[in-house]
Amino acid sequence: MKPQLLALVPLAVFILLLALFAAPLMRGVDPAKLESAMIGREIPDFVLPAALPDGRHFDRDDLAGAPAVVNFFASWCVPCQAEQPLLARMAAQDGIDVYGVNYKDKPEALAPWLEKHGNPFKLIGADDEGRVAIEWGVYGVPETFVIDRRGVIRLRHVGPVSEADYRALFKPLIAEVMK
Amino acid sequence: MKTLLCALFFCLFLPAVALAVQPDEMMQDAVLESRARVISKQLRCLVCQGEDIDESAAGLARDLRLLVRERLSAGDSDAQVLSFVQERYGDYVLMKPPVAPRTWILWLTPFLVLGAGFAFVWRLVRRGFVRRDRA
Repeated sequence: MKPQLLALVPLAVFILLLALFAAPLMRGVDPAKLESAMIGREIPDFVLPAALPDGRHFDRDDLAGAPAVVNFFASWCVPCQAEQPLLARMAAQDGIDVYGVNYKDKPEALAPWLEKHGNPFKLIGADDEGRVAIEWGVYGVPETFVIDRRGVIRLRHVGPVSEADYRALFKPLIAEVMK
Repeated sequence: MKTLLCALFFCLFLPAVALAVQPDEMMQDAVLESRARVISKQLRCLVCQGEDIDESAAGLARDLRLLVRERLSAGDSDAQVLSFVQERYGDYVLMKPPVAPRTWILWLTPFLVLGAGFAFVWRLVRRGFVRRDRA
């Protein structure tokens, strides 16, 4: 190789690295959002007490035989407010059962919060210790899972479900698992 | 002067030994506790991501520290505890990624680049590109 040509190698490497780093930035990939190790696996075994005084407990058997959406949320979690209308839409329009796991929350704070932001949940379990969240590989609220008829986790979404997320990810998948 | 140095020492180094592990989390059994500490240093705090759970003050890190201790009291080996967490949170939760076919690129790239560098330099030397007479 000619020395002149050789001098271009660092430039070429630089451009290559630039492209490598720019690509995820342009696609809007958030490195804080991690992929779930639970995708394609069966839902873990869990039993949660009712989050509301007049509610019923929530456990693994409730998710047997029917597709479902499971949402980990808390009344102290501000982004959780934003996705409540979309969860309600999943329940009302797409006809899928939406369940809530109330993460490290207080019942006296939860009831007024649901009144204000809507309650799309069929059942709400209370995960006071965050132990069930660990079983699901949850590392923050909100996180939303889509589970198919066989009890297999098909999707895990980190952060609030936006309108765009709903259309691109949830709506098609819910239609598929509801078939 | 001595006092000043002493004060400086405490200012600079004491914060570094401040523990995230709270006394109420610790196990009675010193052997198990020290195993828990070693395991905790190998698990990443997923909220803070740059820290391990042993040094993180995040709520999830505390929950995972308690989980590690719970698994140890249940009789798990160190490897079992790590794989228990890895199964749920994926490879990323391990501070040191596992060596497996899917991570070979990660582990081998530095050696490949180094090898390529050596080969490159070797070729230059052999062709007399690096001239000694200039020096």
